[in-house]
Amino acid sequence: MSVIYQTWPWYVAGFLIGMVMLSLIYFGKNFGMSTNLQSLCSMTGLGKRIEYFDFDWKANRWNFVVVLGAMAGGFVAVHFMSDPTNVAINPKTIELLSQMGIDAPNGQLMPQALFGEQIWESPKSILILLGGGILIGFGTRYAGGCTSGHAISGLSNLQLPSLKAVIGFFIGGLIMAHFLLPLLF
Amino acid sequence: MNTLKYFLVGFLFGIVLTKSEAVSWYRIYEMFQFQSFHMYGIIGVAVATGIIGIQIIKRKNIKDIDGFPIEIQEKPRDNARYWIGGISFGLGWALVGSCPGPIFILIGAGFMPVVIVLIGALIGTVIYGALKSKLPH
Repeated sequence: MSVIYQTWPWYVAGFLIGMVMLSLIYFGKNFGMSTNLQSLCSMTGLGKRIEYFDFDWKANRWNFVVVLGAMAGGFVAVHFMSDPTNVAINPKTIELLSQMGIDAPNGQLMPQALFGEQIWESPKSILILLGGGILIGFGTRYAGGCTSGHAISGLSNLQLPSLKAVIGFFIGGLIMAHFLLPLLF
Repeated sequence: MNTLKYFLVGFLFGIVLTKSEAVSWYRIYEMFQFQSFHMYGIIGVAVATGIIGIQIIKRKNIKDIDGFPIEIQEKPRDNARYWIGGISFGLGWALVGSCPGPIFILIGAGFMPVVIVLIGALIGTVIYGALKSKLPH
């Protein structure tokens, strides 16, 4: 039984994520998490002011149910399926992080430096999380999809536009990880 | 059952992304430092599974659960939106270590600071919605 507590191997995870996408296609839907951001905004009535949000968000209610399931899955996995051997990243990565003052995982998914309780008292930390969120929300809606919609669904359907988007994701990610993060920490 | 199947697919997605640590800030940073194959393996196998599955669906004309033909939307043939939007997304992804799926999964798992990321993502969505007609696509 210990296999369920350990880090799941990439080939198991990759296969199951592919099956999640195919299941949604079989249900007559498509796999795209960032569409929920647009639906959430539309729910608030923004469609009266901004055309982009003027659509029938209720048609996307199934996707909110997927999100609720995913949240429950995250809760179960973190609280009942974890052990201290988790998040065993490369020691060289830990070394790079320590140069920026970011703590090693020690079995935790998220670094205290960015997601610890102390961030509520640090305007800089809050701005980093808020700014990261804005870049994600703006970027994914501009590009018309995120990791699920472009990297998984789009590439699986051999869509050239999705390849452009994924290359864009990596250009942005590499700039952040190599040049901007060291300036911020 | 109609609603339950979406919940179950989401539940599996949440467990898999958490147990493979694709929701972890550390794994995303490690990926962008090219110091592990793990994330590349996950994305690669997911896409390979998807390509095979979609080819089978197309060649065998498999119908969906309600008996309708399966149509998979083509992405618009634009340029600027993919490069500019993609780079913006990537900058955020590497900064806070989570894309939209993991944002929800992590909040469900109880990581409350991720709520700030979600608020940011909604603000970013509104900014895009408001500027859409003025942006190159």
